[in-house]
Amino acid sequence: MSKTIDANNVSVHYGKFLAVEDVSMHIEKNSVTAFIGPSGCGKTTFLRALNRMIETIPGGRVDGSIIMDGVDILGADVDPVAVRRDVGMVFQRPNPFPTMSIFDNVVAGLKLNGERNKATLQDVAEEALRSANLWNEVKDRLDRPGAGLSGGQQQRLCIARAIAVKPDVLLMDEPCSALDPISTLAIEDLILELKREYTVAIVTHNMQQASRVSDTTGFFTIASVGEPGHLIEMGPTEKIFSTPLEQATEDYITGRFG
Amino acid sequence: MSTSTVRKLDPESPSSLTGVKGRRRFVDRAMRVVVFLAFLLAVIPLFWVLWITISRGIGLVISPEWWTTSMRNVGPNDFGGGAAAAIQGTLIQAAIATAIAVPVGVLAGIYLVEYSDKPLVRPVSFMTDVLTGIPSIVSGLFIYALFITTFGFNRMGFLVALALTLLMVPVVVRGTEEMLRIVPNELREASYALGVPRYRTILKVVLPTAISGIITSVMLAVARIMGETAPLLILVGYTASLNPNPFEGEQAALPLMINVERGNPLPPGQERAWAAALTLILIVMLLNIGARIISRFSGIKK
Repeated sequence: MSKTIDANNVSVHYGKFLAVEDVSMHIEKNSVTAFIGPSGCGKTTFLRALNRMIETIPGGRVDGSIIMDGVDILGADVDPVAVRRDVGMVFQRPNPFPTMSIFDNVVAGLKLNGERNKATLQDVAEEALRSANLWNEVKDRLDRPGAGLSGGQQQRLCIARAIAVKPDVLLMDEPCSALDPISTLAIEDLILELKREYTVAIVTHNMQQASRVSDTTGFFTIASVGEPGHLIEMGPTEKIFSTPLEQATEDYITGRFG
Repeated sequence: MSTSTVRKLDPESPSSLTGVKGRRRFVDRAMRVVVFLAFLLAVIPLFWVLWITISRGIGLVISPEWWTTSMRNVGPNDFGGGAAAAIQGTLIQAAIATAIAVPVGVLAGIYLVEYSDKPLVRPVSFMTDVLTGIPSIVSGLFIYALFITTFGFNRMGFLVALALTLLMVPVVVRGTEEMLRIVPNELREASYALGVPRYRTILKVVLPTAISGIITSVMLAVARIMGETAPLLILVGYTASLNPNPFEGEQAALPLMINVERGNPLPPGQERAWAAALTLILIVMLLNIGARIISRFSGIKK
């Protein structure tokens, strides 16, 4: 079940340092939203606010509100662990659990939360691996270690692991930056398929990638190092890449800075 | 970048790509020799000790009676004898110490690494460093002062185990801490991102990833405490007989047996002292091999 997200005046602190200031945006369900911008501009930080991962870092704090289907996930009475079950995440570097087989990696989210039923796990694993376009490559070696796969396969394994818990939203933090072009293409195709069922938000440094996969693009930047990141402009991807409203956006996408 | 022609390697032409010569070559050779000598210096005493212990102790150790009988009714002049009582005592005391020190040490290590945002971390970490440096005689005297002088207990094997626990805990804490620190943070994040709570992340992701290293450090700690002698001298009396009860009476142990037999100037005593030393080495070695096997079948899959 895909969900819309409304972020209102979101600011993120790491201790006393203000990393992201006053970001508001609307993310449509069943869409892919790309966050672009120079390094250190807060796009990853903002992404991590969306599943409350910021709070796992000592001193991390998120202000403002993030409404998903009418519920403020930053609310004091909301369990961050429950939020993360609804908002999955794929990381920059593939990070399969080294102690687990391919199969156990895929169903880790269920198993670690107490699901024991073999048949259920089997079904979930196959479905998730099929959705991640990995099933045909690994179906004969599900009991082999997940860390033995190639980088691109590992990343698809991590995507399978993230969607096996049936989240509503899938966050991707530069999911292709450690991958070769062919694996990148496989992941990009996958992202386009995933948006049928999920709301996808992706951080990327690759502007071609943003224009290939996303429907909406948000441009973040910082005035200078040490300043908080701001959302400068957000709109339909074609518009951002052809006729952006802001000069800063145009400078960035045409390669004049950043 | 403009294209440049690839320079051909011509042995006749004066090129900067010559072999290592002169001073650098000399330093390289000299350092190799120094490093190798240092290695020899470190290893020779080790093999020497092993050789002497094996050659003088093996005669008794290969006889079945050594492992099955105690020193009961064996006089100082009699050849042979058995280490069963001492082996039994050492194993019991080490087992009790391990049973207490491993949960405490591993949990404290988890606290230091996984809850490193909490205020108690610095004092605990500091105290661990202090404890690591405590000599075994001090740990023995502490237990003596507390349990025997203050609480009025009798000397017994269990008190030895407590003194050994004091020595073992900091080693286990440090080992656990180091192993947990090298678990990549990405794995914790991956687990959190799946909606797994922190305690389950620690139990099911972090600990399994670090478990083989933790087992190794526990075994090193066990090996260390098995040879400790000072607490034994203070906290329990030696006996020639078997005593499976650590809570009552005198209890033998291998380091004690070595010490007692060393005091016997007659050849049978000398032989038993060497055999007891070899037995201790063998037990520690077996434990290490066991730990390696266990850690191979747990933890990271290759």
